[in-house]
Amino acid sequence: MRYVCLVYFEESVLKSLAARAKQQLDRDSMGYDDDLQERGHLVVAHALQHVSAAMTVRMRDSRMSATDGPFMETKEALGGFILIEARDMNEAIRIASNIPLAKLGSIEVRPIMSMERPA
Amino acid sequence: MKHDALNEVYRLHGRRVLATLIRLVGDFDTAEEALHDACAAAAEQWPIEGTPQNPYAWLVSAGRFKVIDRWRRRARLQSSLRELAMQRETDAAPSVEEADEIHDDELRLIFTCCHPALPPDSRIALTLREVGGLTTEQVARAYLVPTPTIAQRIVRAKAKIRDEALPYEVPPLEELPNRLESVLHVIYLIFNEGYSATDGTELTRKDLSMQALRLCRLVVDLLDDPEANGLLALMLFHDARRDTRATPTGELVLLEDQDRSRWNRRQIAEAEALVERALKSRRFGPYTLQAAIAGVHAGAARASDTDWSQIVTLYDVLLRADPSPVIRLNRAVAVAMADGPAEGLAAIDEVLAGGALDDYYLAHSARADMCRRLGRTDDARVAYERALQLVRQAPERRFLEGRIAQLGPAG
Repeated sequence: MRYVCLVYFEESVLKSLAARAKQQLDRDSMGYDDDLQERGHLVVAHALQHVSAAMTVRMRDSRMSATDGPFMETKEALGGFILIEARDMNEAIRIASNIPLAKLGSIEVRPIMSMERPA
Repeated sequence: MKHDALNEVYRLHGRRVLATLIRLVGDFDTAEEALHDACAAAAEQWPIEGTPQNPYAWLVSAGRFKVIDRWRRRARLQSSLRELAMQRETDAAPSVEEADEIHDDELRLIFTCCHPALPPDSRIALTLREVGGLTTEQVARAYLVPTPTIAQRIVRAKAKIRDEALPYEVPPLEELPNRLESVLHVIYLIFNEGYSATDGTELTRKDLSMQALRLCRLVVDLLDDPEANGLLALMLFHDARRDTRATPTGELVLLEDQDRSRWNRRQIAEAEALVERALKSRRFGPYTLQAAIAGVHAGAARASDTDWSQIVTLYDVLLRADPSPVIRLNRAVAVAMADGPAEGLAAIDEVLAGGALDDYYLAHSARADMCRRLGRTDDARVAYERALQLVRQAPERRFLEGRIAQLGPAG
């Protein structure tokens, strides 16, 4: 089954890290992606740019509105995601618990819905 | 990565390999990681190089190597870990081929998953996943609870095993009876969950009963204990009647009305042999006695041939081992069948006077049945209606409503 690990953290916490610690975190994060790749768990992983670069789009009554920023104002913002292949939810949780950013923020593990395309 | 090939290796060898890896590497999560790595390596290499002669030993050794490799890599990054890695490497070195150890590993895993220090719900979830090989999602579907609930139970149980350092061992002889009781209880709960209801989820529930039978067979194979034999026999007797307990439309069929020609005779024969063996040991307990009672029913070609006085005798012995109100009630029903409804009613009223079964619908429906057979229609109606207030499953409701209708209008 596929699960997406949504990585949330507070921007300010990351900013407050010393340069060396930040470098180490980046190295660890990339290292973990490689690790998952090697073991056949990784489908795709991406870090996201800062929320200030985000736009939120809505269609209402056939009119589009585009506003800057994320849809919801929360302290912890979505900062990246890792799509994985795992045997079940508990394996996905184990994999998520080793994501380096789990130590600073939180990881939401969501099963991917499998949908049949209508004929 | 070929996930089908990986899943196949997992399915065939995963449980036994996991049981050994937990012993070798010291904790569930590291062992599961190692198991995954070993199965992934097998899925890549076996199709090319051929399946090794001893797949189990191959997977254990591959899994252990992967863990050591990881410790080494981590140690290179942190010099403080280097010494520790060397230490673990030596610890992990003992041979895995010793048959006794391997044999014990599966028992260690079962006893750990059913450890009395874990909450009962967690024991069930952990046993089904780690010993039974079900996924979190399958356990959740079978128990009709959300996946995160089951996932959390498993996470917490593993944390408790780690934090309280529950030993990964077959319990010492003096603790064995108690600990085995917990194992057998977990297996019986799993079986009953799969046996009790007949709603839309029947398919997955039937799987639960199959799992319980498989787990119990494993315990019987590993540990020739009379009560384990007795429990396996009890479940086999029940399971042999599975298809005759309800009509195709889901209506309840009582034991006396079931089509006995459709009972699974092969399973009944196996169960009879197990009961006999357990009784001969003279160290049997409640499961064996309940199995013996189920065996008397299974042995009667027609309901009217049932040896009810034999059943009453067995209930008397059972009451000495387990003096619970439910068993007292069952005994009362057997008394009614052996000696007539008047004696039965007296026995039931004695049980009901104890008060513990006031909210147990079967007690009231049994009382109603006695009154009906004695021609005490009004008393029967009152008791059926009380039972109807308490019952939850739809087929049982319809059955009771049918009985009330047969009594005719209130007089």
